[in-house]
Amino acid sequence: MDSTQKLKFYQKGTLTVGNRLVDEASRNVQASRQRSNSLTCGHRACQGCGEALGARYAIDAAMRAAGNQLIAVNATGCLEVFTTPYPETSWQMPWMHSLFGNAAAVASGVAAAMRVTGKHGTRVVAQGGDGGTTDIGFGCLSGMFERNDDVLYICYDNEGYMNTGVQRSSATPPAARTATTPAIGAQPGNVFGTGKFVPKIAVAHDIPYVATASVADLHDLEAKVTRAMSFHGARYIQINVPCPLGWGAASHDTIRLARLAIETGLFPIFEAEYGRVTHVRKIRKPKPVSEYLKLQRRYAHLFRDGVEDPRVARIQGIADRHIEEYGLLES
Amino acid sequence: MLEQIEGSKAMARVIALCRPQVICAYPITPQTHIVEGLGDLVREGALQNCEFINVESEFAALSVAIGSSAAGARSYTATASQGLLFMAEAVYNAAGLGLPIVMTLGNRAIGAPINIWNDHSDAMALRESGWFQLFAETNQEAADLHVIAFRLAEELSVPVMVCVDGFVLTHAMERVDIPTQQQVDAYLPPYEPVQVLDPADPISIGAMVGPDAFTEVRYLQYYKQQTAFDLIEDLAAEFSESFGRASGGLLRDYHCGDAELAVVAMGSVNGTIKDVIDELRAEGMSIGLVTLVTFRPFPTRALQQVLAGAKHVLVIDRSLDPGMGGPLASNVDLALRNLLSPPAIHSAIAGLGGRPITKASLHRLFMQAMEKPWEGPNFVDLNEKVVGRELHRRARARRSGPAAENVLKILETERAAAFQARIETAE
Repeated sequence: MDSTQKLKFYQKGTLTVGNRLVDEASRNVQASRQRSNSLTCGHRACQGCGEALGARYAIDAAMRAAGNQLIAVNATGCLEVFTTPYPETSWQMPWMHSLFGNAAAVASGVAAAMRVTGKHGTRVVAQGGDGGTTDIGFGCLSGMFERNDDVLYICYDNEGYMNTGVQRSSATPPAARTATTPAIGAQPGNVFGTGKFVPKIAVAHDIPYVATASVADLHDLEAKVTRAMSFHGARYIQINVPCPLGWGAASHDTIRLARLAIETGLFPIFEAEYGRVTHVRKIRKPKPVSEYLKLQRRYAHLFRDGVEDPRVARIQGIADRHIEEYGLLES
Repeated sequence: MLEQIEGSKAMARVIALCRPQVICAYPITPQTHIVEGLGDLVREGALQNCEFINVESEFAALSVAIGSSAAGARSYTATASQGLLFMAEAVYNAAGLGLPIVMTLGNRAIGAPINIWNDHSDAMALRESGWFQLFAETNQEAADLHVIAFRLAEELSVPVMVCVDGFVLTHAMERVDIPTQQQVDAYLPPYEPVQVLDPADPISIGAMVGPDAFTEVRYLQYYKQQTAFDLIEDLAAEFSESFGRASGGLLRDYHCGDAELAVVAMGSVNGTIKDVIDELRAEGMSIGLVTLVTFRPFPTRALQQVLAGAKHVLVIDRSLDPGMGGPLASNVDLALRNLLSPPAIHSAIAGLGGRPITKASLHRLFMQAMEKPWEGPNFVDLNEKVVGRELHRRARARRSGPAAENVLKILETERAAAFQARIETAE
């Protein structure tokens, strides 16, 4: 974790994170020829898909931490659909999909089977999108947390039901246009004052490890997965993964958007252990939210005819509150 | 060893002898005592090498079992009624994935109106889910069927539901012969999965299947069920040889050979039916009974063979499809329709929501089937007066109110009137 914080790639003025600039030990899992390549090429994700990128880094890091003794359980969603169009599969690891809302419970079952059959070295990861995690799968997720089952649950948060055609989820931010919160009427887009931030709820379960991560900082993402795998019991990581299709953004802006989500304060990056926040990723100089919003057509109604909607200020307020609440500002 | 024991506790003991490795527990009446019993056995150390997991819902109960079964552990759970419906999506999923999970269903009605008592509404609601469904007649059979169910499930890699009448069996104290561990071990070998999540041999399970292959995958499910009849009979025969008593199989024939009227029924009501048949046969009536043990896969050929000579077949349903009638009756009708001289099918709906099915009612019903057969479903012991009053009330007022509460009100008024009349007579 510390080595990751010291790298300060942003100083180079580039969005590329170069492994060759750091020492061997600090290079990421993807840079290694020994990486398991668990989610291999040839899948059918969109160009610029944040979820595919996040999953590849997260699962390979988990594989390395588990000595390749890892089983994945997948909720229904984009990741499941674009990786396993029968009879093809992109998963070079034991992988299972059951239903939309039960990935956490199925993973609990796999973990129980590992314990009872004496395969203590085989670890279990469950993964799903924000819909499968924060909405329909939330009961099973909370159950897995409170039982402290030995499962790392990874939520790829793209802030909506992208696989079914971009509908609102409880992770969709205010004002965002989705198919079920259209940019129509006096209050276009998703309403303010709704939704939930599941990492906070996960922390409230007092489970061993909770973290947020982003595809904008893949070193940090890998480090967090590795840290998570060093614990036994229930663990949760929510990764911010921009969706070019659902957000109405250019494919080449995925990393840029993920970075802006962090630097505006809209997506706080933190770690918590046993119910307490232990580490926060600081922001040197917060970016205005309009810089982030303007790159996405789901917010186009906020900037119609060159006039900034007053609700941009409310979104700025949310970012400012995050900065204050998590102490995101670098002193 | 023979013991006087509650049905649920007997099942728990025998399930433990089957050495389940993962048990998912969520309480729902009337199956609760089964998982409680298993929980005790795990805590006491009588059932070792077993993960007993308290889950947060029935949906999670079966989902955990799906995960543990796919990862190579013998997996068990139990449910009832609303619980089965709450996990319905996972019920279909377990069957589609071909996971050999065994689940006890403590049969109970489904609301609304909410009702915790016994009928077969829950099992019938999921009869097309792809699970095998076996119905127990007695607590001895309820216990025995679990041993058979694990063997059947694992040989075919299919999930099996053991359906046991709630309260009538689950909460009844009966004499049950609990087998020994050696007996069960000899009958039930360790679980060898046909598909398993294993880092040494990575596979993907639960892939997306499009129109190009979905029919074939479904056909294989159908094929597996339709070719299972011999195995079910063989497993019952082997069970009888090993344990010294008959349990399981497709169906049991009670005096059907020469019977003009054959009754078809599932579950605990068969005991009462046999008593009535004994009495009627003593009076000279030509009547027999088919006790259906295996409802899914539906034993069409076995049923055709045993009922080929019957003139009338009376099917007793313990559930109701409000848009059609009795689901068991429809299935029997379909099975017998191609016989050279198919019998007339008479459908009776009995014992809904725990209403007792008495010998007197069955006696009347069987006499009626011989003397004055009816069309459509016959609702046994229906209080026509109450229904008539409610229908009349409804016809008069648009805002007639909730049906269940109205019926209860009418019944209460009737009871009060009867009580008043008794007092006046006494005075």
